[in-house]
Amino acid sequence: METPNINQQKILENIAKGIRLDGRKLLDYRELEIETGISNKAEGSARVKLGETEVMVGVKLGIAEPYSDHEDEGTLITSAELLPMSSSDFEPGPPSIEAIEIARLVDRGIRESGFVDFKKLCIKKSEKVWGIFIDIYSINDAGNLVDASCIGALAALMTAVFPKYNEKEEKVEYGEFTDKKLPLTKQVPFTMTFHKISGKIMLDPVTDEEKISEARATIAMSKKGSKVVINALQKGGKESISQKEMFEILDEAEKKYEEVSEKIEKLIEKSIKARK
Amino acid sequence: MEAKEIKTEGLEEEKQEGKIREIAVPGEKIVSGDDFLPGDWTRREGKDIIASRYGIVEKQGRLVRIIPVSGVYVPRRGNIVIGQVIDIVFNGWILDINAPYNAFLSAMEAPRFINKNELSEYFGFRDLVVAKVENTRGRGIDLSLKSKNLGKLEDGMAIFINSNKVPRVIGKEGSMINLIKEYTGCDIIVGQNGIIWIHGKNLEEEMVAKEAIMFITEKATIFGLTEAVKEFLEKRQKTEEKA
Amino acid sequence: MGYTKRYDGRKFDEPREMKAKIGIIPRALGSAFFQFGDTKAIAAVYGPKTMHPKHKENPEKGVLRCTYDMMSFSVTERKRPGPSRRSQEISKVSEWALAPVVDISDFPNTVVDVHIMITQADASTRCAGLNAASMALAQAGITMKEMVTAVSIGKVDDKLVVDVDKEEEDHEEGEGATDIAMAFTKSGDITLLQLDGKIQPEELKEAIKLGKKACDEIYKKQKEALIKGE
Repeated sequence: METPNINQQKILENIAKGIRLDGRKLLDYRELEIETGISNKAEGSARVKLGETEVMVGVKLGIAEPYSDHEDEGTLITSAELLPMSSSDFEPGPPSIEAIEIARLVDRGIRESGFVDFKKLCIKKSEKVWGIFIDIYSINDAGNLVDASCIGALAALMTAVFPKYNEKEEKVEYGEFTDKKLPLTKQVPFTMTFHKISGKIMLDPVTDEEKISEARATIAMSKKGSKVVINALQKGGKESISQKEMFEILDEAEKKYEEVSEKIEKLIEKSIKARK
Repeated sequence: MEAKEIKTEGLEEEKQEGKIREIAVPGEKIVSGDDFLPGDWTRREGKDIIASRYGIVEKQGRLVRIIPVSGVYVPRRGNIVIGQVIDIVFNGWILDINAPYNAFLSAMEAPRFINKNELSEYFGFRDLVVAKVENTRGRGIDLSLKSKNLGKLEDGMAIFINSNKVPRVIGKEGSMINLIKEYTGCDIIVGQNGIIWIHGKNLEEEMVAKEAIMFITEKATIFGLTEAVKEFLEKRQKTEEKA
Repeated sequence: MGYTKRYDGRKFDEPREMKAKIGIIPRALGSAFFQFGDTKAIAAVYGPKTMHPKHKENPEKGVLRCTYDMMSFSVTERKRPGPSRRSQEISKVSEWALAPVVDISDFPNTVVDVHIMITQADASTRCAGLNAASMALAQAGITMKEMVTAVSIGKVDDKLVVDVDKEEEDHEEGEGATDIAMAFTKSGDITLLQLDGKIQPEELKEAIKLGKKACDEIYKKQKEALIKGE
């Protein structure tokens, strides 16, 4: 069922006063849970719960041919599926534009930040490289699948290990893992999607808030030395965002970065310890 | 006559404390004996009364039935429901009432004449309307507005619960819902379809009412629910006063 | 020599460690998780609700529709996202495995959707999926005659085993491995029976009896999860 008018009104009235129906402040995230290693067949995997929104993300590695303009670099392919089981709004079939957008947003944050050292994924220049596949699945949609997916992709990548590679026969021995982690750098991408509702900027909407969001901006940021750098940004939604509002979003993103990045990294570490 | 104990480890103690009711699983035998009568969601197979649906076992003398705790709303004639306008056609409105089928509200049901150009003004898309189920015919449901207190809902907010929990939310002769209304000072309309409208003086009041209702739906299977709800409301009010 | 000891040391009639839980997907009407050892399945149920596309409607009663798929990272070699022909076949046999116990005659022109997803695969995935789906249907309040329980019985070389894992499925010595997926209603009727390999009719009868006995044990886990609730 769509959000009824009276509920929309209530949400809008209160957001204008800086109040959300679940008691959160406008820029508060819901409770975050991260579990890694959820599939022992994946090179890396994670389950993320953001409030009641849940996603599962897996990383698989394979041998690929490099792109002709990046002959000594590994490849990255990200896909997302909005499963019908996660919401009555999703239909079975090929990925919808919403799913494609999530995949591309997750992809760009990782790619542009330089988080993965693609050059270290080269096996034989212009012939063989490691290809990373990130696959995202929605399990329960209670709003903000995109941020949950980004966190999941991060957690899966950070805990991923290489499968055994038989150099002589030049093939992967799937099912056998090494303990060698992926070549990752310190430029860890964290993604936040800001929504403009009722003249206010907010983070992490629940379904009812997401449905009345006028416009949004998904921002992926990482740290280069001590400075916060924006690696990817996409404005979405039917309405416009004023320059003032956009600058406010950029300011809030920079401010929130420390808090968000610390929390996510801590939870990923905690998930690794929990598996031991 | 005692029902056959469901021998499941760990749950035995809880049952003895009277903390939870007996849950039936489809296909399980509830009781055995020619004396018993198979009520709602049960069937007789030889001497046994078997469950046909997941829910709580209720025995009233010889009648054995299952009270569903889950599942889609099935409209019955006379039910008061809250529906959302999802389409406007030339002679009325189509409402989503969270049932397997959509419901139709004829323009003739309105208390005054409405011509087809005014329909969307009277009830617009995504408006909530309280109506009565007039007719459940095959693949459609007809609604009526010809009773007191029916019509468009303004202000307040709507919450959604499973329709099977509605009897617990209302309570015996409305005792439970009246308890919540008194404590919170809110106007509350409970649709049999699980859509509930709450209207208070302010958001805080409405949220307390909402939380109390959600509390009931979570604890629906326990005994002593009224006491638990009273306790919940008192505690909540104390935190309100402190705040 | 024959298959004298199972790879993981289990008794021949012993299923792997099982876990079952309901209510794992709040948005669904009913949902459940079921695990056989390293094989994990989740299922969600929506409906009865109006059927789309309309031409698939049944004017006499509701229709049961099932989708089964595996997450790309649930298997050793990545499975491309999207239902493969295998997934489509399993979707259909799963529907046939559940339909006999489901009664949606009160809801003509509607559909009940069952979605099954494998998150980690170590053989017997369709069985784990059906066990989850059966619980999800019950939790969704669908009228059901009884529950459906599934298990895989393997003929590994010369022995019949309960709950085949991947190692046994891949066993090549002697007569190799014949994997038999089966599902029973609680009262013993067969709703799923699929096999690939080599097995004599008498052996298959034995396997079926062994399967029902195993399902009686597995059913207890499903029942426990339903009684425990969310």
